[in-house]
Amino acid sequence: MVSPHATPVAAHGLSLDIRGVSHAFDLGKTSLPVLNKVDLQLKAGESVALLGPSGCGKSTLLRLIAGLETPLQGQLLADGQAIVAPNPERVLMFQDPTLYPWRTVWDNVALGLQARRLLSQEHARVDAAIATVGLQEFRNAYPHQLSGGMAQRAALARALVNEPRLLLLDEPLGKLDSLTRITMQSELIRLWQARRYSSLLVTHDVEEALLLCDRVLVFSPRPARIIAELKLDLNYPRHRDEPELVRLRQEAMQLLGLGKNW
Amino acid sequence: MPTYSAELSTPLARPGFKPWLVGLIAATAWAGEALLISQVPNAIRPWPYSQALSNASWLIAALLAVWALSGLGKQAQRSGPWLIAVPVLLAVWQLLTAKFALLPVPFFAPPQALIEVYAEDWPRLWESLWHSLWLLSLGVVLGASAGFVSGVAIGWSQRIGYWVHPVLRLLGPVPSTALLPVCFFIFPSSFSASVFLIALATWFPVTVLTWSGVASVDKAYYDVARTLGASQKFLIFRVAIPAALPYVFVGLFMGLGASFSVLVVAEMMGVKAGLGWYLQWAQGWAAYSNMYAALIVMALLCSGLISLLFFVRARVLSWQKGAVQW
Repeated sequence: MVSPHATPVAAHGLSLDIRGVSHAFDLGKTSLPVLNKVDLQLKAGESVALLGPSGCGKSTLLRLIAGLETPLQGQLLADGQAIVAPNPERVLMFQDPTLYPWRTVWDNVALGLQARRLLSQEHARVDAAIATVGLQEFRNAYPHQLSGGMAQRAALARALVNEPRLLLLDEPLGKLDSLTRITMQSELIRLWQARRYSSLLVTHDVEEALLLCDRVLVFSPRPARIIAELKLDLNYPRHRDEPELVRLRQEAMQLLGLGKNW
Repeated sequence: MPTYSAELSTPLARPGFKPWLVGLIAATAWAGEALLISQVPNAIRPWPYSQALSNASWLIAALLAVWALSGLGKQAQRSGPWLIAVPVLLAVWQLLTAKFALLPVPFFAPPQALIEVYAEDWPRLWESLWHSLWLLSLGVVLGASAGFVSGVAIGWSQRIGYWVHPVLRLLGPVPSTALLPVCFFIFPSSFSASVFLIALATWFPVTVLTWSGVASVDKAYYDVARTLGASQKFLIFRVAIPAALPYVFVGLFMGLGASFSVLVVAEMMGVKAGLGWYLQWAQGWAAYSNMYAALIVMALLCSGLISLLFFVRARVLSWQKGAVQW
């Protein structure tokens, strides 16, 4: 559903260099380690999946990259610059749409431009982003009137309107029904191909990781570290039943500790 | 088409036309009430304005009959049962007071006595109403504004919360009316003292509810705005405050309720004007019908203000799902 009149293609994706990052949750008296010396490199325009068991700390890594938190140890560099604060170049999309219930779809999508005081000149960008995700007819609807899939599309439009150079996806399709999920997976591929932003996808859906990404990094249980890297040299869009994909799925399942009989 | 239909097609029997039965019963009830007032003899003395009340009831009966036969205003027909209940209740009231004097006479006046008050003492009632409204508005607007600001401040900033919270805990739960005697000699006038107390009574619930509204905003809403480049100011005015508004309206509702009782007590005790003063004054002169008349005005004032608040709320919170309709 990429519209030809959509926002102009971002210059190029952002590159990431993450070195020896460790982080822990502060639980008052004790602290819970969640990331253990994570090293990760992301090339400009690359699409990488972070795959691992639930609650292993992948989402925390995305929050660190987004600049919402600062790590206890290690270095995070975006295009060689240290990440110290959030920046609309790096947009995070959550598992829940987290649309503001008091705003219409249009006003929700306009959020980023409004926050940066660009909205008065850039109305067309909001319309274009809404068209990109196919929600034109719902532009004046309130979030409680949307289905789960539509709400997540609106959240996607809210991210895309900022023309991010890095899109951080925190299980964005995790709560959708399987049919909607499959449609949105192909849309994510098309958008990424059209706009060439870098993409970092957190998921615990092995198939989703293999369908959408150039590389899949497998995480250990908490405190998370990277235990394996799977490279996919396959063209997009991919088919679920390609032999190479089936083989890698087997491998990933074993790495996640599911054995051969899953 | 059967041939006999032609004979039946008078206006009243044309196909699809049905007179509104409940409306006709209501018209009959009003006519009955009118007859009761004018025809049944009074027990103790004749009451002025009885004929006026009877004529007004006839007029209502006639209008209802026209409405019922016209078949218009289907939506408003929901009010039918009430249109029957009101004349019945008025008739009971009439019987208990003017007609049989079953209720002790000076304390309980028939409806026509209230009409007499409105017809003859309206300048004083009108002035009292404006005095009350002015005093109340001043206090509520000041208190609600202060409450909103302090609620947002406590909810947002721990440093402000550190200083305001203890004051809120100590002063807030004290009934404002308990401070009335103190305030009357601290403040230069009883009017300013009353404004302060009404503001205080409004301030407390608005502060607490605004605070809890700001405190309970989903943290993910802030994360979303921050990743998109929002400033602190944006987070307060475009995220925290709109998200907290449903709570703020609950606080305003409670504050408005509290302000009414402070208003009346203040006017009864020190302020020499307003509906509270009128009530006290009427009771002093044993003018009980004046008292009832003032009470009805007060009920309409309070109910009107609450309705206004809910009207504004429905506009501002139109995005909310399943909001209560007032």
